[in-house]
Amino acid sequence: MIAIILAQTIAITGGTVFPVSGPRIEYGTVLIRDGVIAAVGTNVAVPNGAQRIDARGKIVTPGLINAFTQLGLTEVDLAPGTVESSVRSDVAAAFNVAEGINPASTLIPVTRIEGITSALVAPVDSFIAGQSVFIDLTDGPIEQLVVKSPVAMHVTLDEAAKRAGGGSRAGVAERLRRILRDAQAYGQRRSDYERRQMRDLAAPAADLEALQSVLAGRIPLVVTAHRVSDMRTALRIAREFNLRLVLAGAAEGWQIADEIARANVPVLVEPLANIPSFNALGARYENPARLAAAGVKVALVAGAGPGGTAHNARIVKQEAGNAVAYGMDWDAALRAVTLGPAEILGVADRYGSLEPGRVANVVVWSGDPLEFSTAVEHVIIRGREIPLTSRQSELLERYRTLPPRY
Amino acid sequence: MRIAILVTAGAALASASCAPFVASAAGGKSPPAVTQGQPPAGATGAAPAAPVVAAATRDTLSVDRPQYASTYQRRPSPPVLIRNATVLTATGVEIEHGSVLLVDGKIAAVGADVLAPPGATVVDATGKFVTPGIIDTHSHLGVYAAPATQAESDGNEMTNPNTAQVWAEHSFWPQDPQLPLAQAGGVTTIQVLPGSGNLIGGRSVTLHLVPARTVQEMKFPAAPYGLKMACGENPKRVYGSRNTFPSTRMGNMAGYRSAFIGAERYRRRWDQWLTNRQGDPPERDLQLETLADVLRGRILVQNHCYRADEMAQMMDLAREFGFHIRSFHHAVEAYKIADLLAREQVAVSLWADWWGFKMEAFDGIQQNAALVTQGGARAVIHSDSESGIQRLNHEAAKAMWAGRRAGISVSRDQALRWITANPAWVIGLNSLIGTLEAGKNADVVVWSGDPFSVYSRAEQVYINGALVYDRSNPATWWRTDFELGNVPAPGRDR
Repeated sequence: MIAIILAQTIAITGGTVFPVSGPRIEYGTVLIRDGVIAAVGTNVAVPNGAQRIDARGKIVTPGLINAFTQLGLTEVDLAPGTVESSVRSDVAAAFNVAEGINPASTLIPVTRIEGITSALVAPVDSFIAGQSVFIDLTDGPIEQLVVKSPVAMHVTLDEAAKRAGGGSRAGVAERLRRILRDAQAYGQRRSDYERRQMRDLAAPAADLEALQSVLAGRIPLVVTAHRVSDMRTALRIAREFNLRLVLAGAAEGWQIADEIARANVPVLVEPLANIPSFNALGARYENPARLAAAGVKVALVAGAGPGGTAHNARIVKQEAGNAVAYGMDWDAALRAVTLGPAEILGVADRYGSLEPGRVANVVVWSGDPLEFSTAVEHVIIRGREIPLTSRQSELLERYRTLPPRY
Repeated sequence: MRIAILVTAGAALASASCAPFVASAAGGKSPPAVTQGQPPAGATGAAPAAPVVAAATRDTLSVDRPQYASTYQRRPSPPVLIRNATVLTATGVEIEHGSVLLVDGKIAAVGADVLAPPGATVVDATGKFVTPGIIDTHSHLGVYAAPATQAESDGNEMTNPNTAQVWAEHSFWPQDPQLPLAQAGGVTTIQVLPGSGNLIGGRSVTLHLVPARTVQEMKFPAAPYGLKMACGENPKRVYGSRNTFPSTRMGNMAGYRSAFIGAERYRRRWDQWLTNRQGDPPERDLQLETLADVLRGRILVQNHCYRADEMAQMMDLAREFGFHIRSFHHAVEAYKIADLLAREQVAVSLWADWWGFKMEAFDGIQQNAALVTQGGARAVIHSDSESGIQRLNHEAAKAMWAGRRAGISVSRDQALRWITANPAWVIGLNSLIGTLEAGKNADVVVWSGDPFSVYSRAEQVYINGALVYDRSNPATWWRTDFELGNVPAPGRDR
């Protein structure tokens, strides 16, 4: 679904290159042509006429991926007219967020100039919230932003979903099973369903239809769960239906890290989530490090403070830095905001690493991408250099000297 | 016992302060603040906390008796010498291989050569950084406590747009499990505020961040009270959605003005009675009592206000009633009026980068603190968050680097002042805390590295000279009652 724009040839030369899929390359060149990475290495011939970016003393990485956001689905959270991230239904499996995305959102430039070039855009709030899509933070119509749709089906099994289960976690789990069973039945007997020769099913046909790709394992089921017992419910149901499970949140994941690793279930985890609640009394900073050490595939996402999944989705770098401060290996943390999420979301053949043939989402940093002192110097999305401007940089320039000239 | 102390940097400390204002706690023109240890307006002395109401005072008026006085006691500690550290003083001076000596709850010396007195605990801080304890001007810890059930939601008395009569300390729960997390982030003093649902939300309370059974045991004895006020969307949404007053910004303004008109009258009556104490005293009104103390300059106004134009309205309101706004809070548009803020000497307590969650936050930019500072006004990085309070050093770092990258010069010392000296001024405690200077309270943090690095963590936290947090020894970490049996004990969970 990627619309290839014929972009210029760009050679990023002399930098310390972190391909993520392989060892770092000192004084490396990343050659970009026609929107994709043409070559990476120390012996790369730079064609005549290529735009050169001198990255000596700089760090070159794949563009960062934030694997859980509502970018494009909200402009101002308290202005409901600008919020598109959920529909009013407990079961919204048929809801795909794609057409709710506003490519003109001011959040997109604000986020990408910080080195985040791709994002999962996911629905929220409902028990079965719907389908997410993977986008590049580029310009153009929705079709152009969207890389993959749907990427995953999203379900909540924590406190927030209890209403959908009649007020009990057990009710929630049972309702999910009933819907999945009916989706199986629907998938096997569509013609009976069309001829009204089936009993009433637990969800409308459109939702049961949307769940077929989950049952077939074509897309993962992303389950938000934090408490150990909730995560185990997710693991149990995934086993029963042979689903591809991804845990989102997993704040108490460190307590059952081995179990999650054995089940080969990846997690989307927020390093700075450490406030105890009855949803996750054991939340703590060491969570990502402990999960990664147990062999769990980890993607780091943002959340601390309001807007962590939208307006401040950019702080995923800071979250990753803190994961390192609390025990995660630096390379693992970089991977957890690049190739890790790409693998979890099924786009690693095109995203998350610097290798020939990959989509040219590349960032040149003045230093360590996870450190506050580092500046983003160049952002390239699909082989095109993005101007480092946003509505916020315009406000800065207007009020840099007072009084402003309107 | 002679204590030999060489304070080589002392003179530099005194003269090198380049804070934008050198102001006393009360701002020079105001009378002394009503502090958390004192009776309210009218009482004659700074009455200490009386454990029992003595017989002689049974006939006195309630206003003359102690009002929920502080019972804070500093934890005894031998002298502590932290040496060989990079000492960031927040006074304009940084000392390589420096030392800080803590004696009897106070900083006894700061400098390049400080000798350990006999019996002192010596902390070798080679490769580490030392700063003043972090101060948060805007916290709801304890009043919006974890685990955040409805039972812990005690921060917003949203039953009337003016609840000046409520005091945050009367909601504060000392067993909030979020408190130890903030302490582990190097925070030593917090101002706990009521929420922003009301035009006038009530009194704040300023606390030492120490384990305690009662809020009184945490109350900072010398701290003046603050008054929480709120502009803009929150009060008009809360009351407008109920079809009650106020539902507009002009309604908000009328609400503040009516309240202070009432307070003017109340203050006059009481001040008259207090001069001669003839006849029956005027009837006591808790709401007006607090507002009258704002008019007397004894309570510091802490004003939640986002938009530039609304901050200008509030400064006019303060002018109309003759009080001073100590700090705007959140103030995401402060950068648009840095000049006005500097002229009026109103501080601003800011986030590093929050924006967009509501219309009045839509114009937030990461250079806010840097631009405000460049404009000569006093900036603070605050949290308003149980998460952000744990990493105010990181928030300050983001704001510092955002400024520098935009070509605005911000020194590391200046950025440190955003979370130490400047918040101390905002809560009226700048003579006691906020810098590393001899004579100040020994609220000190030892960091694993430069506190403005994402990889640095607080390793030791001292409050009044006593080690209250030591990262290397999980067995000693503050665990609230709530955590027992609920939250796996750190260090004992592997």
